[in-house]
Amino acid sequence: MEQHPDFLWRNPSPKWSYDVVIVGAGGHGLATAYYLAKNHGITNVAVLEKGWLAGGNMARNTAIIRSNYLWDESAGIYEHALQLWEGLSEELDYDILFSQRGVLNLAHTLGDVREGSRRVNANRLNGVDAEWLTPEQVKEFCPIVNVDPGVRYPVLGATLQPRGGIAKHDHVAWAYARGADRLGVDLVQGCEVTGFVRDGDRVIGVETNRGPIRAGAVALASAGHSSVLASLAGIRLPIQSHPLQALVSELLEPVHPCVVMSNHVHVYVSQAHKGELVMGAGIDPFNSYSQRGSVHVIEHQLAAALELFPIFGHAHVLRTWGGIVDVSPDASPIIGQTPLEGLYVNCGWGTGGFKATPASGWVYAHTIATGEPHVLNRPFGLDRFTTGALIDEHGAAAVAH
Amino acid sequence: MLLIRCPWCGDRDEVEFSYGGQAGVSYPDDPEALTDAQWAEYVFVRDNPRGPYAERWVHTNGCRRWFDTVRHTVTHEFLGEGS
Repeated sequence: MEQHPDFLWRNPSPKWSYDVVIVGAGGHGLATAYYLAKNHGITNVAVLEKGWLAGGNMARNTAIIRSNYLWDESAGIYEHALQLWEGLSEELDYDILFSQRGVLNLAHTLGDVREGSRRVNANRLNGVDAEWLTPEQVKEFCPIVNVDPGVRYPVLGATLQPRGGIAKHDHVAWAYARGADRLGVDLVQGCEVTGFVRDGDRVIGVETNRGPIRAGAVALASAGHSSVLASLAGIRLPIQSHPLQALVSELLEPVHPCVVMSNHVHVYVSQAHKGELVMGAGIDPFNSYSQRGSVHVIEHQLAAALELFPIFGHAHVLRTWGGIVDVSPDASPIIGQTPLEGLYVNCGWGTGGFKATPASGWVYAHTIATGEPHVLNRPFGLDRFTTGALIDEHGAAAVAH
Repeated sequence: MLLIRCPWCGDRDEVEFSYGGQAGVSYPDDPEALTDAQWAEYVFVRDNPRGPYAERWVHTNGCRRWFDTVRHTVTHEFLGEGS
Protein backbone atom coordinates (compact mmCIF):
# COMPACT_ATOMS: atom_id res chain seq x y z
CA MET A 1 0.00 0.00 0.00
CA GLU A 2 1.24 3.49 -0.80
CA GLN A 3 2.52 5.67 2.01
CA HIS A 4 0.07 8.24 3.28
CA PRO A 5 1.05 11.87 3.55
CA ASP A 6 1.05 13.11 7.15
CA PHE A 7 -2.09 15.18 6.71
CA LEU A 8 -4.96 14.68 4.31
CA TRP A 9 -6.99 17.67 5.45
CA ARG A 10 -6.60 20.93 7.33
CA ASN A 11 -7.58 21.16 10.98
CA PRO A 12 -9.23 24.61 11.07
CA SER A 13 -10.87 26.46 13.91
CA PRO A 14 -14.53 27.12 13.21
CA LYS A 15 -15.53 30.41 11.61
CA TRP A 16 -18.46 32.31 13.11
CA SER A 17 -20.74 31.61 10.18
CA TYR A 18 -21.28 29.10 7.38
CA ASP A 19 -23.85 28.52 4.66
CA VAL A 20 -24.26 24.95 5.89
CA VAL A 21 -23.21 23.31 9.15
CA ILE A 22 -23.22 19.51 9.16
CA VAL A 23 -23.24 17.86 12.58
CA GLY A 24 -21.20 14.67 12.58
CA ALA A 25 -18.04 13.86 10.61
CA GLY A 26 -18.83 10.23 9.93
CA GLY A 27 -19.12 8.80 6.46
CA HIS A 28 -22.52 10.32 5.78
CA GLY A 29 -21.58 13.77 7.05
CA LEU A 30 -18.34 13.81 5.06
CA ALA A 31 -20.04 12.55 1.90
CA THR A 32 -22.74 15.19 2.31
CA ALA A 33 -20.11 17.92 2.60
CA TYR A 34 -18.27 16.61 -0.44
CA TYR A 35 -21.38 16.52 -2.63
CA LEU A 36 -22.59 19.92 -1.39
CA ALA A 37 -19.34 21.33 -2.70
CA LYS A 38 -18.94 19.14 -5.77
CA ASN A 39 -22.52 18.89 -7.05
CA HIS A 40 -23.99 22.16 -5.81
CA GLY A 41 -21.04 24.56 -5.52
CA ILE A 42 -21.74 25.19 -1.84
CA THR A 43 -18.29 25.31 -0.26
CA ASN A 44 -18.83 27.58 2.75
CA VAL A 45 -19.54 24.48 4.79
CA ALA A 46 -18.38 23.15 8.17
CA VAL A 47 -18.60 19.58 9.39
CA LEU A 48 -18.60 19.65 13.19
CA GLU A 49 -17.44 16.54 15.02
CA LYS A 50 -17.51 16.21 18.81
CA GLY A 51 -14.83 13.51 18.76
CA TRP A 52 -12.46 12.73 15.94
CA LEU A 53 -13.18 12.32 12.28
CA ALA A 54 -14.90 9.03 11.37
CA GLY A 55 -14.45 7.61 14.86
CA GLY A 56 -18.03 6.48 15.42
CA ASN A 57 -19.89 3.91 13.37
CA MET A 58 -17.67 4.66 10.38
CA ALA A 59 -14.85 3.00 12.33
CA ARG A 60 -17.05 0.20 13.66
CA ASN A 61 -19.02 -1.27 10.77
CA THR A 62 -18.35 -4.50 8.90
CA ALA A 63 -17.88 -2.67 5.58
CA ILE A 64 -20.41 -4.75 3.62
CA ILE A 65 -21.83 -3.15 0.48
CA ARG A 66 -24.89 -4.42 -1.39
CA SER A 67 -28.13 -3.06 -2.82
CA ASN A 68 -30.40 -6.13 -2.79
CA TYR A 69 -33.26 -4.56 -0.82
CA LEU A 70 -36.87 -5.56 -1.40
CA TRP A 71 -38.85 -2.40 -2.04
CA ASP A 72 -38.55 -0.02 -4.98
CA GLU A 73 -37.70 2.97 -2.77
CA SER A 74 -34.82 1.12 -1.12
CA ALA A 75 -33.55 -0.41 -4.34
CA GLY A 76 -33.45 3.11 -5.75
CA ILE A 77 -31.27 4.64 -3.09
CA TYR A 78 -29.05 1.64 -2.32
CA GLU A 79 -28.46 0.89 -5.99
CA HIS A 80 -27.56 4.54 -6.56
CA ALA A 81 -25.05 4.08 -3.74
CA LEU A 82 -23.63 0.94 -5.32
CA GLN A 83 -23.18 2.69 -8.66
CA LEU A 84 -21.37 5.53 -6.90
CA TRP A 85 -19.19 2.99 -5.06
CA GLU A 86 -18.21 1.52 -8.42
CA GLY A 87 -16.63 4.82 -9.45
CA LEU A 88 -15.62 6.18 -6.07
CA SER A 89 -11.90 5.42 -6.04
CA GLU A 90 -11.59 7.27 -9.34
CA GLU A 91 -13.94 10.08 -8.27
CA LEU A 92 -11.99 10.75 -5.08
CA ASP A 93 -8.58 9.79 -6.49
CA TYR A 94 -8.04 7.48 -3.54
CA ASP A 95 -8.10 3.70 -3.46
CA ILE A 96 -10.97 2.70 -1.19
CA LEU A 97 -10.24 -1.00 -1.84
CA PHE A 98 -13.74 -1.66 -3.12
CA SER A 99 -13.87 -5.39 -3.78
CA GLN A 100 -16.96 -6.70 -5.58
CA ARG A 101 -16.54 -10.25 -4.39
CA GLY A 102 -20.27 -11.03 -4.17
CA VAL A 103 -22.73 -11.16 -1.28
CA LEU A 104 -24.61 -14.35 -0.41
CA ASN A 105 -27.75 -14.23 1.73
CA LEU A 106 -28.38 -17.80 2.87
CA ALA A 107 -31.77 -19.44 3.22
CA HIS A 108 -32.28 -22.08 5.93
CA THR A 109 -36.04 -22.56 5.97
CA LEU A 110 -38.83 -22.78 3.43
CA GLY A 111 -39.83 -19.27 4.47
CA ASP A 112 -36.28 -18.06 3.78
CA VAL A 113 -36.35 -19.74 0.36
CA ARG A 114 -39.60 -18.07 -0.58
CA GLU A 115 -38.50 -14.68 0.72
CA GLY A 116 -35.14 -14.97 -1.03
CA SER A 117 -36.70 -16.01 -4.34
CA ARG A 118 -39.13 -13.15 -4.13
CA ARG A 119 -36.32 -10.74 -3.41
CA VAL A 120 -34.28 -11.96 -6.40
CA ASN A 121 -37.27 -11.26 -8.63
CA ALA A 122 -37.90 -7.87 -7.03
CA ASN A 123 -34.23 -6.96 -7.41
CA ARG A 124 -34.16 -7.91 -11.09
CA LEU A 125 -37.26 -5.85 -11.79
CA ASN A 126 -35.41 -2.90 -10.25
CA GLY A 127 -32.25 -3.48 -12.26
CA VAL A 128 -30.34 -4.83 -9.27
CA ASP A 129 -28.18 -7.86 -10.07
CA ALA A 130 -29.46 -10.94 -8.23
CA GLU A 131 -29.35 -14.69 -8.66
CA TRP A 132 -30.81 -17.63 -6.81
CA LEU A 133 -28.26 -20.33 -5.97
CA THR A 134 -28.89 -23.95 -5.01
CA PRO A 135 -26.92 -25.39 -2.09
CA GLU A 136 -24.47 -26.94 -4.59
CA GLN A 137 -23.97 -23.57 -6.25
CA VAL A 138 -23.48 -21.98 -2.84
CA LYS A 139 -20.75 -24.52 -2.15
CA GLU A 140 -19.14 -23.74 -5.48
CA PHE A 141 -19.21 -20.00 -4.86
CA CYS A 142 -18.00 -20.24 -1.27
CA PRO A 143 -16.33 -23.62 -0.67
CA ILE A 144 -15.94 -23.19 3.10
CA VAL A 145 -19.71 -22.99 3.73
CA ASN A 146 -21.07 -26.19 5.23
CA VAL A 147 -24.04 -27.28 3.09
CA ASP A 148 -24.47 -30.65 4.83
CA PRO A 149 -28.24 -31.29 4.97
CA GLY A 150 -27.83 -32.93 8.38
CA VAL A 151 -27.16 -29.77 10.42
CA ARG A 152 -29.85 -28.10 12.51
CA TYR A 153 -30.47 -25.32 9.97
CA PRO A 154 -29.19 -26.64 6.63
CA VAL A 155 -28.42 -24.29 3.75
CA LEU A 156 -31.37 -24.61 1.36
CA GLY A 157 -30.14 -22.01 -1.09
CA ALA A 158 -29.04 -18.41 -1.25
CA THR A 159 -29.45 -15.15 -3.03
CA LEU A 160 -26.29 -13.82 -4.66
CA GLN A 161 -25.56 -10.23 -5.56
CA PRO A 162 -22.34 -10.50 -7.59
CA ARG A 163 -21.71 -6.74 -7.55
CA GLY A 164 -21.85 -6.59 -3.74
CA GLY A 165 -18.72 -6.74 -1.63
CA ILE A 166 -16.65 -4.78 0.86
CA ALA A 167 -14.57 -1.61 0.96
CA LYS A 168 -11.98 -0.25 3.38
CA HIS A 169 -14.09 1.96 5.61
CA ASP A 170 -11.26 4.18 6.87
CA HIS A 171 -10.14 4.89 3.32
CA VAL A 172 -13.68 5.87 2.40
CA ALA A 173 -13.80 8.39 5.23
CA TRP A 174 -10.35 9.76 4.48
CA ALA A 175 -11.09 10.03 0.76
CA TYR A 176 -14.31 11.98 1.31
CA ALA A 177 -12.63 14.12 3.98
CA ARG A 178 -9.74 15.02 1.72
CA GLY A 179 -12.08 15.65 -1.18
CA ALA A 180 -14.31 17.94 0.86
CA ASP A 181 -11.35 19.74 2.42
CA ARG A 182 -9.81 20.42 -0.99
CA LEU A 183 -13.07 21.99 -2.12
CA GLY A 184 -12.96 24.37 0.86
CA VAL A 185 -15.05 22.58 3.50
CA ASP A 186 -13.92 23.09 7.11
CA LEU A 187 -13.69 19.79 9.01
CA VAL A 188 -13.78 20.82 12.66
CA GLN A 189 -12.99 18.11 15.17
CA GLY A 190 -13.43 18.37 18.94
CA CYS A 191 -16.46 20.61 18.41
CA GLU A 192 -19.59 19.39 20.14
CA VAL A 193 -23.00 20.82 19.35
CA THR A 194 -24.75 21.67 22.63
CA GLY A 195 -27.82 23.50 21.34
CA PHE A 196 -29.45 25.29 18.46
CA VAL A 197 -29.81 29.00 17.78
CA ARG A 198 -33.39 29.75 16.85
CA ASP A 199 -35.27 32.62 15.30
CA GLY A 200 -38.85 31.58 15.90
CA ASP A 201 -39.41 28.32 14.06
CA ARG A 202 -36.23 28.72 12.08
CA VAL A 203 -32.86 27.28 13.08
CA ILE A 204 -30.14 29.84 12.30
CA GLY A 205 -27.13 28.23 13.93
CA VAL A 206 -25.71 25.98 16.59
CA GLU A 207 -24.27 26.41 20.05
CA THR A 208 -21.03 24.49 20.52
CA ASN A 209 -18.32 23.98 23.12
CA ARG A 210 -16.28 26.34 20.92
CA GLY A 211 -18.90 29.05 20.77
CA PRO A 212 -21.96 29.77 18.65
CA ILE A 213 -21.80 29.23 14.90
CA ARG A 214 -24.36 30.77 12.54
CA ALA A 215 -25.62 28.68 9.64
CA GLY A 216 -27.98 29.07 6.72
CA ALA A 217 -28.87 25.43 7.22
CA VAL A 218 -28.03 22.87 9.88
CA ALA A 219 -27.89 19.23 8.84
CA LEU A 220 -27.72 16.43 11.39
CA ALA A 221 -25.70 13.37 10.43
CA SER A 222 -25.13 11.93 13.85
CA ALA A 223 -26.43 8.35 13.68
CA GLY A 224 -26.90 6.90 17.16
CA HIS A 225 -26.97 10.32 18.80
CA SER A 226 -29.62 11.78 16.48
CA SER A 227 -32.35 11.63 19.13
CA VAL A 228 -30.19 13.49 21.65
CA LEU A 229 -29.39 16.27 19.18
CA ALA A 230 -32.93 16.52 17.86
CA SER A 231 -34.26 16.79 21.41
CA LEU A 232 -32.10 19.92 21.84
CA ALA A 233 -34.27 21.40 19.11
CA GLY A 234 -37.45 20.06 20.71
CA ILE A 235 -37.96 17.39 18.07
CA ARG A 236 -38.82 13.77 18.88
CA LEU A 237 -37.59 11.27 16.31
CA PRO A 238 -38.95 7.74 15.85
CA ILE A 239 -35.51 6.35 16.63
CA GLN A 240 -34.19 3.97 19.28
CA SER A 241 -30.44 3.75 19.91
CA HIS A 242 -28.96 0.30 20.40
CA PRO A 243 -25.48 -1.25 20.54
CA LEU A 244 -24.49 -3.23 17.46
CA GLN A 245 -21.47 -5.42 18.04
CA ALA A 246 -18.89 -6.81 15.64
CA LEU A 247 -15.67 -8.75 15.99
CA VAL A 248 -12.53 -9.78 14.15
CA SER A 249 -10.30 -12.82 14.26
CA GLU A 250 -6.54 -12.72 14.03
CA LEU A 251 -5.05 -12.35 10.55
CA LEU A 252 -5.49 -15.50 8.49
CA GLU A 253 -4.50 -16.70 5.05
CA PRO A 254 -7.24 -16.04 2.48
CA VAL A 255 -9.95 -18.63 3.14
CA HIS A 256 -13.21 -16.77 2.58
CA PRO A 257 -13.76 -15.50 -0.95
CA CYS A 258 -16.98 -13.50 -0.59
CA VAL A 259 -19.49 -12.09 1.91
CA VAL A 260 -21.90 -14.52 3.56
CA MET A 261 -24.95 -13.35 5.47
CA SER A 262 -27.53 -15.47 7.22
CA ASN A 263 -30.69 -13.99 8.66
CA HIS A 264 -31.78 -17.24 10.19
CA VAL A 265 -28.80 -18.56 12.15
CA HIS A 266 -27.81 -14.93 12.18
CA VAL A 267 -24.29 -13.94 11.40
CA TYR A 268 -22.56 -12.13 8.56
CA VAL A 269 -18.93 -12.79 7.68
CA SER A 270 -16.32 -11.59 5.27
CA GLN A 271 -12.54 -11.62 5.29
CA ALA A 272 -10.92 -8.20 5.29
CA HIS A 273 -8.11 -7.29 2.93
CA LYS A 274 -5.53 -7.70 5.68
CA GLY A 275 -6.82 -11.19 6.48
CA GLU A 276 -8.97 -10.95 9.58
CA LEU A 277 -12.44 -12.52 9.55
CA VAL A 278 -14.96 -9.76 10.21
CA MET A 279 -18.28 -10.80 11.74
CA GLY A 280 -21.42 -9.18 12.97
CA ALA A 281 -24.96 -10.08 13.89
CA GLY A 282 -27.95 -8.41 15.52
CA ILE A 283 -28.31 -5.49 17.83
CA ASP A 284 -28.36 -5.83 21.59
CA PRO A 285 -32.04 -5.57 22.50
CA PHE A 286 -31.84 -2.77 25.07
CA ASN A 287 -31.42 0.95 24.44
CA SER A 288 -27.88 2.13 25.01
CA TYR A 289 -25.36 4.85 24.22
CA SER A 290 -22.41 2.95 25.68
CA GLN A 291 -20.74 1.55 22.52
CA ARG A 292 -20.60 -1.86 24.13
CA GLY A 293 -22.95 -4.81 24.31
CA SER A 294 -23.38 -8.12 26.07
CA VAL A 295 -21.14 -11.12 25.51
CA HIS A 296 -23.99 -13.54 24.92
CA VAL A 297 -24.72 -11.72 21.66
CA ILE A 298 -21.15 -12.48 20.58
CA GLU A 299 -21.46 -16.11 21.69
CA HIS A 300 -24.60 -16.46 19.61
CA GLN A 301 -23.06 -15.17 16.42
CA LEU A 302 -19.94 -17.30 16.91
CA ALA A 303 -22.12 -20.39 17.33
CA ALA A 304 -23.85 -19.50 14.06
CA ALA A 305 -20.52 -18.87 12.34
CA LEU A 306 -19.17 -22.24 13.48
CA GLU A 307 -22.18 -24.11 12.19
CA LEU A 308 -21.86 -22.44 8.80
CA PHE A 309 -18.06 -22.52 8.68
CA PRO A 310 -16.63 -25.46 10.67
CA ILE A 311 -13.13 -24.35 9.55
CA PHE A 312 -13.47 -21.26 11.77
CA GLY A 313 -13.16 -23.54 14.81
CA HIS A 314 -9.41 -22.98 14.52
CA ALA A 315 -9.66 -19.19 14.58
CA HIS A 316 -9.48 -16.94 17.62
CA VAL A 317 -11.43 -13.82 18.40
CA LEU A 318 -8.98 -10.97 18.49
CA ARG A 319 -11.22 -8.03 19.29
CA THR A 320 -14.89 -7.20 19.75
CA TRP A 321 -16.50 -3.77 19.85
CA GLY A 322 -19.82 -2.01 19.60
CA GLY A 323 -21.27 1.03 17.92
CA ILE A 324 -24.52 2.84 18.64
CA VAL A 325 -27.01 2.43 15.82
CA ASP A 326 -30.12 4.50 15.22
CA VAL A 327 -32.93 2.04 14.60
CA SER A 328 -36.11 3.27 12.92
CA PRO A 329 -39.49 1.52 13.10
CA ASP A 330 -39.34 0.23 9.51
CA ALA A 331 -35.58 -0.41 9.26
CA SER A 332 -35.33 2.37 6.69
CA PRO A 333 -33.59 5.73 6.95
CA ILE A 334 -35.15 9.13 7.64
CA ILE A 335 -33.73 11.80 5.33
CA GLY A 336 -35.18 15.24 4.91
CA GLN A 337 -36.59 18.36 6.46
CA THR A 338 -37.68 18.61 10.07
CA PRO A 339 -40.62 20.67 11.34
CA LEU A 340 -38.09 23.47 11.98
CA GLU A 341 -37.08 25.49 8.93
CA GLY A 342 -33.37 25.27 8.25
CA LEU A 343 -32.90 22.03 10.20
CA TYR A 344 -32.43 18.78 8.30
CA VAL A 345 -32.06 15.25 9.55
CA ASN A 346 -30.42 12.16 8.11
CA CYS A 347 -30.69 9.22 10.48
CA GLY A 348 -32.35 5.87 11.03
CA TRP A 349 -29.82 3.95 8.92
CA GLY A 350 -29.64 1.56 11.84
CA THR A 351 -27.48 -1.44 11.17
CA GLY A 352 -26.89 -0.74 7.48
CA GLY A 353 -25.62 2.78 6.93
CA PHE A 354 -22.13 2.13 5.63
CA LYS A 355 -23.23 0.67 2.31
CA ALA A 356 -25.38 3.73 1.64
CA THR A 357 -22.69 6.33 2.38
CA PRO A 358 -22.26 7.79 -1.14
CA ALA A 359 -25.99 7.95 -1.93
CA SER A 360 -26.86 9.21 1.53
CA GLY A 361 -24.48 12.12 1.05
CA TRP A 362 -25.65 12.66 -2.54
CA VAL A 363 -29.37 12.97 -1.75
CA TYR A 364 -28.85 14.80 1.56
CA ALA A 365 -26.68 17.40 -0.17
CA HIS A 366 -29.41 17.83 -2.78
CA THR A 367 -32.05 18.24 -0.08
CA ILE A 368 -30.02 20.85 1.80
CA ALA A 369 -28.92 22.73 -1.32
CA THR A 370 -32.33 22.96 -2.96
CA GLY A 371 -34.64 22.81 0.06
CA GLU A 372 -36.44 19.95 -1.67
CA PRO A 373 -35.79 16.21 -1.35
CA HIS A 374 -34.06 14.38 -4.18
CA VAL A 375 -36.38 11.94 -5.96
CA LEU A 376 -34.50 9.09 -4.25
CA ASN A 377 -35.07 10.32 -0.69
CA ARG A 378 -38.56 11.77 -1.13
CA PRO A 379 -40.15 8.52 0.19
CA PHE A 380 -37.85 8.55 3.23
CA GLY A 381 -39.22 11.65 4.98
CA LEU A 382 -40.35 11.91 8.58
CA ASP A 383 -43.93 12.28 7.29
CA ARG A 384 -44.16 8.60 6.35
CA PHE A 385 -44.83 7.70 9.96
CA THR A 386 -47.96 9.85 9.85
CA THR A 387 -49.11 8.90 6.37
CA GLY A 388 -48.39 5.22 7.01
CA ALA A 389 -46.28 4.86 3.84
CA LEU A 390 -43.61 2.84 5.63
CA ILE A 391 -40.76 1.14 3.77
CA ASP A 392 -40.50 -2.07 5.72
CA GLU A 393 -37.07 -3.55 5.12
CA HIS A 394 -36.71 -5.76 8.18
CA GLY A 395 -36.19 -8.76 5.90
CA ALA A 396 -33.60 -7.26 3.59
CA ALA A 397 -31.86 -5.48 6.45
CA ALA A 398 -30.54 -8.97 7.24
CA VAL A 399 -30.03 -8.02 10.87
CA ALA A 400 -32.43 -8.73 13.72
CA HIS A 401 -33.95 -5.61 15.23
CA MET B 1 -23.99 -9.02 30.14
CA LEU B 2 -26.46 -7.18 32.31
CA LEU B 3 -27.36 -8.44 35.76
CA ILE B 4 -31.05 -7.67 36.07
CA ARG B 5 -33.07 -7.67 39.25
CA CYS B 6 -36.42 -9.36 38.83
CA PRO B 7 -38.69 -8.05 41.60
CA TRP B 8 -39.85 -11.60 42.28
CA CYS B 9 -36.81 -13.79 41.55
CA GLY B 10 -33.87 -11.54 42.40
CA ASP B 11 -30.69 -10.92 40.39
CA ARG B 12 -30.51 -12.97 37.19
CA ASP B 13 -28.48 -12.91 33.97
CA GLU B 14 -29.76 -10.85 31.07
CA VAL B 15 -30.24 -13.99 28.95
CA GLU B 16 -33.27 -14.90 31.09
CA PHE B 17 -35.08 -11.68 30.13
CA SER B 18 -36.68 -10.07 27.13
CA TYR B 19 -36.79 -6.33 26.60
CA GLY B 20 -40.00 -4.34 26.45
CA GLY B 21 -38.86 -0.81 25.68
CA GLN B 22 -40.11 2.35 27.29
CA ALA B 23 -42.24 1.96 30.41
CA GLY B 24 -45.45 3.83 31.07
CA VAL B 25 -46.73 4.15 27.51
CA SER B 26 -50.44 3.55 27.82
CA TYR B 27 -52.92 2.86 25.05
CA PRO B 28 -54.78 6.05 24.14
CA ASP B 29 -58.04 6.45 26.04
CA ASP B 30 -59.93 7.41 22.90
CA PRO B 31 -57.95 6.28 19.83
CA GLU B 32 -60.60 7.52 17.42
CA ALA B 33 -60.14 11.06 18.71
CA LEU B 34 -56.43 11.13 17.80
CA THR B 35 -55.12 12.91 14.73
CA ASP B 36 -52.86 10.92 12.40
CA ALA B 37 -49.87 12.72 13.88
CA GLN B 38 -50.91 11.85 17.43
CA TRP B 39 -51.49 8.24 16.47
CA ALA B 40 -48.07 8.12 14.78
CA GLU B 41 -46.56 9.50 17.97
CA TYR B 42 -48.20 6.73 20.00
CA VAL B 43 -47.28 3.93 17.58
CA PHE B 44 -43.78 4.91 16.48
CA VAL B 45 -42.15 7.41 18.82
CA ARG B 46 -40.58 6.53 22.14
CA ASP B 47 -38.17 8.35 24.42
CA ASN B 48 -34.54 7.64 23.58
CA PRO B 49 -32.56 9.39 26.30
CA ARG B 50 -28.85 9.31 26.93
CA GLY B 51 -29.17 8.83 30.69
CA PRO B 52 -31.79 7.35 33.01
CA TYR B 53 -34.52 5.49 31.13
CA ALA B 54 -37.71 3.97 32.56
CA GLU B 55 -38.12 0.69 30.73
CA ARG B 56 -39.86 -2.68 30.83
CA TRP B 57 -38.43 -6.19 31.01
CA VAL B 58 -40.09 -9.58 31.20
CA HIS B 59 -38.49 -12.52 32.99
CA THR B 60 -39.10 -14.84 30.03
CA ASN B 61 -37.08 -17.79 31.26
CA GLY B 62 -38.15 -17.40 34.89
CA CYS B 63 -41.41 -16.25 36.41
CA ARG B 64 -42.56 -14.75 33.08
CA ARG B 65 -43.75 -11.59 34.76
CA TRP B 66 -43.31 -8.04 33.47
CA PHE B 67 -41.81 -5.25 35.55
CA ASP B 68 -40.62 -1.66 35.17
CA THR B 69 -37.17 -0.45 36.10
CA VAL B 70 -34.92 2.56 35.52
CA ARG B 71 -31.55 2.00 33.87
CA HIS B 72 -28.85 4.43 32.77
CA THR B 73 -28.31 4.06 29.03
CA VAL B 74 -24.60 4.90 29.18
CA THR B 75 -23.41 3.12 32.34
CA HIS B 76 -26.14 0.40 32.19
CA GLU B 77 -26.51 0.84 35.95
CA PHE B 78 -29.97 -0.01 37.30
CA LEU B 79 -31.23 2.93 39.29
CA GLY B 80 -34.34 1.51 40.91
CA GLU B 81 -37.88 0.59 40.17
CA GLY B 82 -39.77 2.43 37.52
CA SER B 83 -43.04 4.21 37.83
